[in-house]
Amino acid sequence: MTAASATVLITHPTGLHARPAVKLTKLAKTFEAAIRLRPDGQEGWIDAKSIVKVMGLKLRSGSRLELAAEGVDAPDAVAQLRALVERNFDENV
Amino acid sequence: MTADTVGIVIVSHSPKVAEGAADMVRAMVGDGVRVACCGGNPAGGLGTDAARILAAIEEVWSPQGVAVLVDLGGAEMNAEMAIEMLDEGRGAQVRVCNAPIVEGAVVAATEASAGSSLDAVCAAAEELCQ
Repeated sequence: MTAASATVLITHPTGLHARPAVKLTKLAKTFEAAIRLRPDGQEGWIDAKSIVKVMGLKLRSGSRLELAAEGVDAPDAVAQLRALVERNFDENV
Repeated sequence: MTADTVGIVIVSHSPKVAEGAADMVRAMVGDGVRVACCGGNPAGGLGTDAARILAAIEEVWSPQGVAVLVDLGGAEMNAEMAIEMLDEGRGAQVRVCNAPIVEGAVVAATEASAGSSLDAVCAAAEELCQ
């Protein structure tokens, strides 16, 4: 089983709000790997493929998000999700 | 837009609410999902109409099924009536989600756009109420 993880800084000014949450979830769902998220320093993980749980994170700009994936495409999943966050979810901000 | 994703129908007493919720779905989830909406009664007032709901279901019909988001009581009753009016037993592939209309529509559409089943789409929307 391949595993990968990363921590990424949320730089989008509005944080992980509704539209970015949809984008992140949609991207996560394209991978076979199980993908978990949690705000840096917190205990509980949530499923990155659950739109309701991702929106429920309510992460603000400046907070850090941990990504962890397990499965054949885990490294690619983490790399692409991290890149999406770093690109401010492809929104012009 | 493909026919192999679950279709989404938004039914409100108000055409403005229905159209606004559909706009939010298109803006947030994009064109990868089939969404139709209807609101108002045939007289142009607030209300819902089974025939219009039926037309909206037909507009986004998919063999994968259709998830319907409703607002208040009458909308659910008329949606169920429209589902019964579907021919060839297709009503079995249409479900009214127990979820708030705007958030439920966005969540259901997000799930549908990933190619999920009708069960998964409704479960995601209904997770909002848990």
